[in-house]
Amino acid sequence: MGPLLDPFIDNEFMQRALLAGGLVAIACAIVGTFVVLRGLAFIGDALAHGVLPGIAGAILLGLPGIGGAVVGAAVMIAGVTVVRRRSRLSGDTAIGLLFVGMLALGVVIVSRSDSFSGDLTSILFGEVLGISWGDVWLQLGAAVAVAAVCAVCARPFLLLAFDREHALAAGFSADLYEWLLLGTVALTVVVSFQTVGTLLVFGMLIAPPATAALAVRRIGAMMAVAAVLGVLSVAVGLLLSYHYDLAAGASIVLVEVAAFFVVLTAQSLRRPAVRPAPA
Amino acid sequence: MSAPAVVCDGLAVGYGGRPVVEGLSLEVAGGATLAVLGTNGSGKSTLVKTIAGLLPPVAGSVRVLGMVPAAAPARVAYLGQAQPSGFVLPLRAVDIVTMGRFAARGLVGRMSREDRRLAREGMARMGVADLAEEALGNLSGGQRQRVHLARALAWRADLLILDEPTAGLDLAGRELLAGALVEERRRGAAVVVCTHDVADALGAEAALLLARRVVGCGPPSQVLTREAVMETFGLVLAELPGGSELVMDPVHRHDHEDGHAHDEPDGGGP
Repeated sequence: MGPLLDPFIDNEFMQRALLAGGLVAIACAIVGTFVVLRGLAFIGDALAHGVLPGIAGAILLGLPGIGGAVVGAAVMIAGVTVVRRRSRLSGDTAIGLLFVGMLALGVVIVSRSDSFSGDLTSILFGEVLGISWGDVWLQLGAAVAVAAVCAVCARPFLLLAFDREHALAAGFSADLYEWLLLGTVALTVVVSFQTVGTLLVFGMLIAPPATAALAVRRIGAMMAVAAVLGVLSVAVGLLLSYHYDLAAGASIVLVEVAAFFVVLTAQSLRRPAVRPAPA
Repeated sequence: MSAPAVVCDGLAVGYGGRPVVEGLSLEVAGGATLAVLGTNGSGKSTLVKTIAGLLPPVAGSVRVLGMVPAAAPARVAYLGQAQPSGFVLPLRAVDIVTMGRFAARGLVGRMSREDRRLAREGMARMGVADLAEEALGNLSGGQRQRVHLARALAWRADLLILDEPTAGLDLAGRELLAGALVEERRRGAAVVVCTHDVADALGAEAALLLARRVVGCGPPSQVLTREAVMETFGLVLAELPGGSELVMDPVHRHDHEDGHAHDEPDGGGP
């Protein structure tokens, strides 16, 4: 068990990385399940990248990056809502426009600074091996908040994923819960960027719930499987990174995406078998 | 039930303040059915969405169970026409049907044994009890529509609003639905159903014929005249060389014998 446990036992930075990464994985599993069910993957992606100019701008001004991330996420959500309401364009088009616009703005801001390439890398890919205990606590708070919101709002979130009119007819304000869901996604993205980076938090948001959706059919089970997969991926990714000197955040996401395709392939191979008749 | 299920008075319905249909005055009593007939774009979905509280009325008033629309979600089941079809929801059919109980249980109310029983019963009534554990995405279009109807039945509402519920249903499914709606009315629930099939309207207490305006409203035996039905569906009469007449549908349907109503149920939606 040496090579599997020693890296975590010997190095406090590995413990912090495992804890913070695990908490990101759990928050992402919960909210990501609704993102996958809802088909919001694209907006999750857009949010993850839309925070880039906010973070870059904040760092340029010498402010904490997380404040800029909050502003970036808010602009992204508001922008998507406005374009969707004021034009006949589909949500995809609105999101795509803002996504590209925000990404370009981020790069423009970054290009204004000479010594920014290191910062840009850490924004995009995170610094999972360089986080503090304070970051871990922040991550814990966010994970608890995300879990609480999703537990209370599970029914309207589920109805919105399925049939917006049913949500309204059942007495749930579709706008309110849409905002809450987007806000929860945004919170997850904003808090997680320090750990895995804006580019990779999207992978953590989508890959484990998508893998779980292949295997199970209950929403609670989807979240549980996604959380276990996510935490395992964090551990495996960190170990790969430790032993083979790979980028940690990217290794974690690669493990998650690989798990998805392994399950998908296994299912495709098994599919021709006769399904047991339902009782 | 004291108040009628639906009362419309000088109601105009539409989108963004622009009326699609104006001058709707009607009443649906508990235990009765109102069939809303019209082509696509005739305003029938707009009307039932207004009754369900999904759209604000443009003018006039509408009362549902003696209240403003959407005041009592647990008592008004609504099944819209646009069911998500291509989505990838992996959820089980029984979980979809259980959503019909969300209105009664609210945000965090516990699902009781009774809720689960109503969900199972809804599935049994639509003949899909054996599909409960299947993922909705694995079902055929007609099976999905049955699951959606089971969801509306599980609501156990005092008013059921169903927008083209027979779309995609096979004959057996239609018969199950008709039987289930008879049971719903027997326990006092009112039913408002949109359809473009005249046969569906024959058994209703009242029929409302819409063609972006009110063509007729009243008991089917009185309002389903040949002229009214032809006007509603935009049909035209052509004279054949032999002197007989042929009803032609320039928009969607074809070659029905002329008469007060269709004698045989039509294929319905695809």
